[in-house]
Amino acid sequence: MVGSKNNIRVLLAKVGLDGHDRGALIVGQALRDAGMEVIYTGLKQTCESVVEAAVEEDVDVLGISILSGAHMALIPIITQMLKDRGAEDIKVIAGGIIPRDDAQELVSKHGVRAVFGPGTDTKEIVEFIEKIVKGERI
Amino acid sequence: MSDLIDSLYRGLLQGDRRSAARLITMIENGDPLSIGVVKELHRHSGKAQIVGLTGLPGSGKSTLACGLAKKYREYGKTVGIIAVDPTSPFTGGALLGDRIRMQELAGDPGVFIRSMGSRGALGGLATATNDVINILDAFGMDVIIVETVGAGQVEVEIVKYAHTCVVVTMPGGGDEIQAIKAGILEIGDIFVVNKADKEGSSRTVADLEMMLEMKPGFDEAPWKQPVIQTVATNSQGIDELHEALDNHWRFLNETGKLEEKTSERMKAELIEVLNSKVSIAASKALSEDPKCREVLTRLIKREIDPHSAADQVAKYLIKGASQ
Ligand SMILES: Nc1nc2c(ncn2[C@@H]2O[C@H](COP(=O)(O)OP(=O)(O)OP(=O)(O)O)[C@@H](O)[C@H]2O)c(=O)[nH]1
Ligand SMILES: [Mg+2]
Repeated sequence: MVGSKNNIRVLLAKVGLDGHDRGALIVGQALRDAGMEVIYTGLKQTCESVVEAAVEEDVDVLGISILSGAHMALIPIITQMLKDRGAEDIKVIAGGIIPRDDAQELVSKHGVRAVFGPGTDTKEIVEFIEKIVKGERI
Repeated sequence: MSDLIDSLYRGLLQGDRRSAARLITMIENGDPLSIGVVKELHRHSGKAQIVGLTGLPGSGKSTLACGLAKKYREYGKTVGIIAVDPTSPFTGGALLGDRIRMQELAGDPGVFIRSMGSRGALGGLATATNDVINILDAFGMDVIIVETVGAGQVEVEIVKYAHTCVVVTMPGGGDEIQAIKAGILEIGDIFVVNKADKEGSSRTVADLEMMLEMKPGFDEAPWKQPVIQTVATNSQGIDELHEALDNHWRFLNETGKLEEKTSERMKAELIEVLNSKVSIAASKALSEDPKCREVLTRLIKREIDPHSAADQVAKYLIKGASQ
């Protein structure tokens, strides 16, 4: 597919203090293999740096992975900051260890499109991203 | 220009990051609307110092770009970084990981980092990169660093657009210099042996210096390419690299080479745009224009050869264009 255009761009970010990123990398590879451009920023990002990177890279989707349990403290800050930057069209998805009640609150109150728990089939994530991005483009 | 483009363009000139980022995406996607922007940009760019950073995969280019950017920031200069990574030819996807090594720049409003997959946009990667350079230039970045893996022709094409090309290598085994393609020795203005904390670094420097000295015309060359040792992970040698870049910039300015480089760059840009326009026009004519199709038919029947056929099609194209 040389010369293909309009690739879906995704920023994968690890926010907070937990220190491993195997899950995020596996997702990153699956998205790449599905033809997406995946920008990976490394461990221990701050909310500010994630939002700035998402804006600069002009991604369609921001995937946040949090394993430390700080998701309710951090993810709402990020979605609010995106709004403040006028970048709420960047779609946020989350992954990591997030209890169901929290996940529901993130989706219903904080604009997160979906939460994927550990062990989610990467195919499901690929399809979800394709759906929300293409849905908007048409 | 459309309203959207108009407002993005105004945002860009006023320093709005999101506008700059969205314009870059349009360029990358070959959005037809972006051509208007490219035209306008021409008036607002041409001020930035462009530094190309190329070399072996994993040699530390991104880490160096980060260190250099920090140095330029100390001198009050704003910095744009364009990091190009290979796109998979099979899926069109890419993992762009250069930002991992640039975390220390996060949150600095004087720095703009953009990762690009090497999927050639319409008209080629070099053209797209050049347009993105112009956007960051118009956005007000004083120095623009372009990182590419120095593996092939495309990368060489990209760094051709730079005012100064830095070629990065590292110690290891003795094959590393061989691995630098012959062409790279020609395009490098400054050579860096990074990972100087590893064994064999001075040997690599000596090998490189010898290869450079053996190049024909070395003694008369007005610019002697320096070979600098760095340890990018702890900023060792970054001062020297920064100084060498300054020296080269001054050299370009004082000798009139800057104008020469700029006109080369403009010419290369023009040729690339021409190439893509001609090839699009030719494909269209060969499927739509009856006269051109006839030429093709005769070629297939082997009544004429490809060179004569091309000459005839070119004539029709030129006639068509002048009407
Ligand atoms: N020991 C040592 N390691 C270094 C040095 N500079 C960079 N590294 C490490 O080398 C690895 C690659 O560094 P990068 O900056 O990503 O190299 P790169 O050339 O940009 O890599 P690609 O973009 O993948 O081609 C990282 O793990 C760095 O931490 C150095 O001076 N010494
Ligand atoms: Mg790199």
